Amino acid sequence: MSVLAARGLRKSYGALEVVAGVDLEVAPGECFGLLGPNGAGKTTTLKLCLGLIEPDAGTIELLGEPVPRRAREARSRVGVVPQFDNLDPDFTATENLLVYARYFGLPGERMRERVPQLLEFAGLAGRGEARINTLSGGMKRRLTLARALVNDPQLVVMDEPTTGLDPQARHLIWERLRRLTAEGKTLLLTTHFMEEAERLCHRLAIMDRGRIIVQGTPRALIAEHIEPQVVEVHGPGYEAWMERARTLAARVERAGDTVFCYAEEVGPVLRSLAGQSELAYLHRPASLEDVFLKLTGRDLRD
Amino acid sequence: MKASHFALPQPSLRWVAVWRRNWLVWRRLAIPSILGNLADPLIMLFGLGYGLGALLGEMGGTSYFAFLAAGFAASATMYAATFESLFSAFSRMHVQRTWEAIVNTPMTLDDVLAGEWAWAATKALAAGVCILVIVAAFGYTTPARAIGALPVIVLVGLAFAALGLAVNALASGYDFFSYYMTIVLTPMLMLSGVFFPVEQFPGAVQAAAKALPLYHGVALVRPLLAGELAAGFWLHLAVLGGYAIVGFYLALILTRRRLLK
Repeated sequence: MSVLAARGLRKSYGALEVVAGVDLEVAPGECFGLLGPNGAGKTTTLKLCLGLIEPDAGTIELLGEPVPRRAREARSRVGVVPQFDNLDPDFTATENLLVYARYFGLPGERMRERVPQLLEFAGLAGRGEARINTLSGGMKRRLTLARALVNDPQLVVMDEPTTGLDPQARHLIWERLRRLTAEGKTLLLTTHFMEEAERLCHRLAIMDRGRIIVQGTPRALIAEHIEPQVVEVHGPGYEAWMERARTLAARVERAGDTVFCYAEEVGPVLRSLAGQSELAYLHRPASLEDVFLKLTGRDLRD
Repeated sequence: MKASHFALPQPSLRWVAVWRRNWLVWRRLAIPSILGNLADPLIMLFGLGYGLGALLGEMGGTSYFAFLAAGFAASATMYAATFESLFSAFSRMHVQRTWEAIVNTPMTLDDVLAGEWAWAATKALAAGVCILVIVAAFGYTTPARAIGALPVIVLVGLAFAALGLAVNALASGYDFFSYYMTIVLTPMLMLSGVFFPVEQFPGAVQAAAKALPLYHGVALVRPLLAGELAAGFWLHLAVLGGYAIVGFYLALILTRRRLLK
């Protein structure tokens, strides 16, 4: 049985269909990523799945409960890390955990025993008495993650868990999320960091304009949708060189002042660059980001 | 606006967790908060009660101080309920996103609003009790009569907390609240018989005053503090109860419209 199964989800705001027919299935124990540019409908999809808003059409089953009808029962076994930090600024770290546990109806004595573990998980051991406004961005995020675990949930839903964090803080969050999957928890996260999705997610779906365009494992998506090798080229005279490159690579794209050459075999491209010392280039294997940009386009989304 | 926004309130007992959250915050600030609750109405009460009272002598068959004290017990309750359900609730709803965090748990928006309603009414009760304690301490009423007035204070608190939450659901920012305070509450304070009997106004104004919740609160509290039951006791009670219940339902509809989209 799947942890989350959504079929034919639709949600419109006025004339704008934000979620336009989404099917989603998350299996127990996996880390599932929902990727997409800003405004793709990721957050709305999560809110629908949690029963926080009602879909215009479609069915949702979360942990065996029909949503939104029995969303309350379903949410009692789910942990949520929201996109915007909403720790309670009036409380200390410990109080945040204790007060949040009350919303689940968890008894205070048992929570007091669990608080040290949760603080340790957040990397805040011994900082239980700290006020929220004295914590760094990374600490707040980790505390928010620990807060989502007060009810020992089967599924943790995270909306952009590392947005706005520095690389060190991000790596620490990733390490914690891997710890959670190792413990058997199911994770559902949205992100627009391809590196994050590639490192963490067993499976992912790329969403754009309210629809899921593709889904699969990161490797399968790369293998299926993009040539395995990439050469990025930039520097003076790149435009002239690009015209020649079109005959050397399967696909040549330009974004700003950089040329991207995609091919099975990039030997010819590299050889043609050999004499062009003014051009800087980078040869790398194709990544999820290449798939993402190919499928959702290179236009700016605001 | 969707049909589901009009569903009858379906709070669970979990709303108590919201009340306790607010209580835990307030407990630390209790002393400055109580002093703040007390200072403003007391300065007004003693200033006007003794100053104006000396000139006016009696009003409505009692000393002016006792007359004013009964009015202030109701109006202080009104203001306390209003401040909590406007500014404080708005901080939790919009600025701190506390409500958003709460509805990610097995809580619903109905639970959150019920908890906030009960909490604002509790703070209002505390403000009303402060005034009643002073009034009794100065011998303008007896402790038993003051206790008898408490159910009315609770009802006034619930009515204005509900109205405040409805206004909160419409607010774009803190500035929005000054409209409500200036256009609604200040005239209501003047029209409801807090400072002088409503009978001073022309008939049409008196009739309009009788539609205001504060008028009914004052009309109930003043006789109770004098050891009497107001004429039309049940009608006054029904109007206040109506404001509380209809007001809460309205607040719920407007808040659902704002947040459940």
